[in-house]
Amino acid sequence: MNESATGDQPPRRRKTFDWSAAVILVIVIAAAAYVYWRDGADRFYDVAWHDFGLFGDMLPKVLAGCLIAAFLTVLLPREVISRWVGTDSGVKGILIATLAGVILPGGPFAIFPIAGAFIAVGADVSAAITLITSWTLLGINRAVVWEMPFFGIDFVGWRTLAALPLPVVVGLSARMIVKAMTGYRRQP
Amino acid sequence: MIGLAIDIALWLIVAAMALAAAKRSGALMRGTARQGGLEFLQLLPRIMIGVMGSGYIAAALPQDMVGQWLGDTSGLLGIAIATLAGALTPGGPVVGFALGAAALKGGAGAPQVIAYSTAWALFAFPRLFIFELPIMPVQVVWLRVVASLPVPFLAAAAAMLLGKP
Repeated sequence: MNESATGDQPPRRRKTFDWSAAVILVIVIAAAAYVYWRDGADRFYDVAWHDFGLFGDMLPKVLAGCLIAAFLTVLLPREVISRWVGTDSGVKGILIATLAGVILPGGPFAIFPIAGAFIAVGADVSAAITLITSWTLLGINRAVVWEMPFFGIDFVGWRTLAALPLPVVVGLSARMIVKAMTGYRRQP
Repeated sequence: MIGLAIDIALWLIVAAMALAAAKRSGALMRGTARQGGLEFLQLLPRIMIGVMGSGYIAAALPQDMVGQWLGDTSGLLGIAIATLAGALTPGGPVVGFALGAAALKGGAGAPQVIAYSTAWALFAFPRLFIFELPIMPVQVVWLRVVASLPVPFLAAAAAMLLGKP
């Protein structure tokens, strides 16, 4: 994939992408070889077929997720973001960031740049952390595209329910840590 | 059936957003759709490795050990082990889910599996170093990690309180 039509991406990301994929590839090959050696060819092909079905099942969802992420970045004006989750946004900002994390699609490829951009345009640091946590634990897109094929809807729903208050907990503790540390540093 | 309904819902959202973009300008709509498509193509090999590979990683797991270390009776120690294992799991898009699902089938307790997949989602060290640290301010990353440390335990505790689905 050398046609660099997405020229606005820093080259560093492309490089690290390949590196991490290579590490996973090595682990995968080792695991596949081990399964073949331990369980024989039949089991080896069984796993391949099952996973191939899973892969085909995911593709339309992943493509939709990529398109939604791309449209969202052009449709959501940045001024609105910094007003909603800016430095003075308080608990309201943390709640909004939680909600945004739930609905924002995309992988870590999307969420970290978005959270980084939030901070750059003046969003509160703990709101950005809440956003990442909420996307990680409650993100609908992530749960639907990646988690449900493995765990089924009941388990995922149950896990999500258990995780519901946690992004707010993380955001508030991040804010407390920041306050404690800056207070400590600024003491005369 | 549920899978199909989700597909339809996702594509309805895509259509609505494409329409909203097209209202501003057709070029914006086409350019954005192209960018989304290109991101998908870039992801494709990674997803392929992740999905095809996670099945083998899961199959290679020693099931009896999983049941013993992470079973329903493993309690707080099991949750701590699951949290550590989650943090050490590579952060591909599906590896943690695949391993968690395999562990669940292999006799791990549900709260332990939740602690595992939560820790993986929050901390997966490989992803932390490869994606997050280069993109985000360093202090923010560590602040996020420190503030999130108790979360896998809290998620497991909440799951226990809620009872099984």
